[in-house]
Amino acid sequence: MAAAALLRRLPAARSPAAALMGARPISDSTTPLTIETSMPFTSHIVDPPSRDVTTTPAELVTFFRDMSLMRRMEIAADSLYKAKLIRGFCHLYDGQEAVTVGMEAAITRKDSIITAYRDHCIYMSRGGDLVTAFAELMGRKIGCSRGKGGSMHFYKKDANFYGGHGIVGAQVPLGCGLAFAQKYRKEDSVSFALYGDGAANQGQLFEALNISALWKLPAILVCENNHYGMGTAEWRAAKSPSYYKRGDYVPGLKVDGMDVLAVKQACKFAKEHAIANGPIVLEMDTYRYHGHSMSDPGSTYRTRDEISGVRQERDPIERVRKLILAHDLATPAELKDMEKEIRKEVDTAIAQAKESPMPDASELFTNVYVKGFGVESFGADRKELRATLP
Amino acid sequence: MLGAARRQLGSGPMLGQVLRRLRPASADAARGYAAAGKEITVREALNTALDEEMSADPSVFLMGEEVGEYQGAYKITKGLLDKYGPDRVLDTPITEAGFTGIGVGAAYQGLRPVIEFMTFNFSMQAIDHIINSAAKSNYMSAGQINVPIVFRGPNGAAAGVGAQHSQCYAAWYAHVPGLKVLAPYSAEDARGLLKAAIRDPDPVVFLENELLYGESFPVSDEVLDSSFSLPIGKAKIERKGKDVTITAFSKMVGYALQAADILSKEGISAEVINLRSIRPLDRAAINASVRKTNRLVTLEEGFPQHGVGAEICMSVVEESFEYLDAPVERIAGADVPMPYAANLERLAVPQVEDIVRAARRACYRAVPLAATA
Repeated sequence: MAAAALLRRLPAARSPAAALMGARPISDSTTPLTIETSMPFTSHIVDPPSRDVTTTPAELVTFFRDMSLMRRMEIAADSLYKAKLIRGFCHLYDGQEAVTVGMEAAITRKDSIITAYRDHCIYMSRGGDLVTAFAELMGRKIGCSRGKGGSMHFYKKDANFYGGHGIVGAQVPLGCGLAFAQKYRKEDSVSFALYGDGAANQGQLFEALNISALWKLPAILVCENNHYGMGTAEWRAAKSPSYYKRGDYVPGLKVDGMDVLAVKQACKFAKEHAIANGPIVLEMDTYRYHGHSMSDPGSTYRTRDEISGVRQERDPIERVRKLILAHDLATPAELKDMEKEIRKEVDTAIAQAKESPMPDASELFTNVYVKGFGVESFGADRKELRATLP
Repeated sequence: MLGAARRQLGSGPMLGQVLRRLRPASADAARGYAAAGKEITVREALNTALDEEMSADPSVFLMGEEVGEYQGAYKITKGLLDKYGPDRVLDTPITEAGFTGIGVGAAYQGLRPVIEFMTFNFSMQAIDHIINSAAKSNYMSAGQINVPIVFRGPNGAAAGVGAQHSQCYAAWYAHVPGLKVLAPYSAEDARGLLKAAIRDPDPVVFLENELLYGESFPVSDEVLDSSFSLPIGKAKIERKGKDVTITAFSKMVGYALQAADILSKEGISAEVINLRSIRPLDRAAINASVRKTNRLVTLEEGFPQHGVGAEICMSVVEESFEYLDAPVERIAGADVPMPYAANLERLAVPQVEDIVRAARRACYRAVPLAATA
C-alpha cells in the first residue's frame, strides 16, 4: 500500500488464556489502528473528512465476520428463491455489505435507519437474527414481521430500524420525518434514509430535502449508488449522476461504498454534521452482484466482465481480508474457518426457519388497526369468513 | 361520557328550552342536546379541539400550508402558533408529498402529527404516503410500527370552485383497510371526533367541509369539556323516524334534516342517520334502522359510482334484505366533474328536493306481498 508511513503494524494481540487452550487466536485487540481509505473523499460545499480512519483489530475482524454472514445469507436466499420457498420479490444486497456494516460502526441504536426493499442486511446490522430473517422470507409465523410482510418489509423498531419499504423514494421523506421527531424531542441522534440511484430522481426526495434544510433536521440521505435502477443505467436515468451534488444547497460527500472504513468515516462525519448543521447527502459508490431482484438475471444490461471485474478489484469482504492479513490479525486458515462456521450457522438457521409453521389463518385479520373497536372485517366471502377486529 | 350525544329529549321543560334556541332552518326537536344555552361554530369547535389536544399531549403538533402565521387558510388553526410556538405549529412549503411523508415518519417515531391539507383535492399528491406508508404499516410490520397520525382538511364541494377543487374523497379513503375515516357534521361532531382522532393510535382521515365551518350549533357543557370525545365507528340518529331511513354525512346531514321536515308535513316520518364514521361504518345502526323503517335512501355529495351509498346499500342487502319493502334509493353528486356555472353546479350537487323525491319514491313503491290484503 502506498501510504506505508500511515500504517502502524501492530503485533496481533492474543489472549493468554486462548493461547493456552489452543483456541483460534484471532485478534480481539481494541488497540487503535489507523488505516487510510482506498481513495480520498470527494465533497460538495463542505470540507471532506480525513482519509485516516481509526479502527481496531477487533473491529476489522467483526467487519469481516458480519459482511461474510450477510454475503452467505443473501446467497442462501438466492437458492431458497429458486427452490420456490421464497415467493414474490426478493432483492439481494450482496456486494453492498460494506455500506450497512460501516454505517452501523459509526452510529448507535438511538440513531434511526430507514431503507427501501433491499433490506435484509440492514435488518441484520440493526441486530436482527438469521432465523427470523429466513422465516420472514419464507412467510412463517416466527418471521420478523410474523410472515405478514415478506422480503420488502423487515422492521426492528426496538433498534430504530423502520423498514423495509416497497415504494421507490417514499422512504426518503419518511426518513426526514424520523429526523424531525428526533429534533422535536431534542435527542442527540440522527436518521439515515437510504435510497438508490434510481430513487435519487424522485420529486419527493427534493421536497423532503428542502424542508429538512429549512428546518435543520438531522437527516442524512444516503444514496447507495449501485449504478443501475433496475435495468436502467444511471447515465440513462439521471442528467446529473453526481448524486452527492444533487442536494444543491445541501452539502454532500462521495464515498467508496466498497470500503467499509471509508463508509464508517463518512457516516461518523455525517452524523456530527447533521446534528450541528442539518441535512447532508452521502453517495456510496457501490455495486450489487445480483440483478435488481430474483426476477432479473442482471446480465442483460451489464456485461459479465463488469460484474466479475468489480468482484475481483473491489469486493468489500476481500478488501477487509487483505487488511486483516496484512496486519497479521489472523491467518488465512483462520478466516476460512470463520467462513465455514458462518456457512453452518446460516444452514442451521435455514433449517430452523423451514421447520416453523405458517401463520394461523386468524392472522389474516390481526394488526389492521391498533384499536379496532370491535368492528368486523371480512374475507372473500363474508358469509363464510369474518372476524372482529380487537 | 356520551350522554349529551345520546340523550333523547322527551317532553317537558328541557324540550322547551331547546326549541327556543334552535335555528329556524331545521327542526331539531329530537336532536338530543341538553341545552346549556351555548352555540359554537364548527370552526371554533375544531380550533378548541386542536388547542386542547395540543395542550394535553406535547407530542401533538400541526403541519400544513398556512397553518401558522396565516392563522390557517380557513382560520381553523387561528391562534395556535402564538400559543404553542413554531416548533409545534409548522408552516410548510407547497409540497404535499414531502411534508406528508415527513409527518408519517414522525408518527413512526411516536409523535402525533396533525397534517392539514388545504383541501383534500391536494391530498392526492400525497396519497401514496397516506395509503402505503401510513395505512398499511401496522399490518406489514405485524404491529411493530403503528402510525398515530391525523390527516384533516376540507373535503367535497365548496361553492363555485370548479372541478379540481370539489371532489369528495370519502369513498376513496374508506376503501382502504388500516385507515379510519371520519366526517363530522355538527360542532359537537367536530369537537368529539377530532379529539378522538388525535388520541387514536391509527391513521385517521378527517373530512371536514368548508361550507360548514361558519355554521353554529348548540353545544352542551359536556361537549365543551376538554375531556370530551366521541366514539369512532358509531353513527348518530339525528332525527328519529319510522317510515324511511336516510343516511348522510357531513354537509348532507343538514340537507337530510331539511328534507325530513318537508316529508313530515306529507305524513312521512324520516329517520336521519348522521354516519359520523365512514370507516368503520356503523352497519349495525344502519341495519337496525332499516329493519325498523323498511326503506332506505342513501345520501352523499360525492360521485355515485363505487360511492359510500353503494357500500351502505350492499350492507343492507346482505344483512336485512327481507326487511326491505322498496328498492334502496341513492342520491349522490352528479356523475360529472364539477362545473363552474351556478346553474350547472346546482344540478351537480344533491338538493333538498332530490332527497324528498327519493324518499317519496321509497315510500310509494312498495313491493306487494302475496299475503297483503
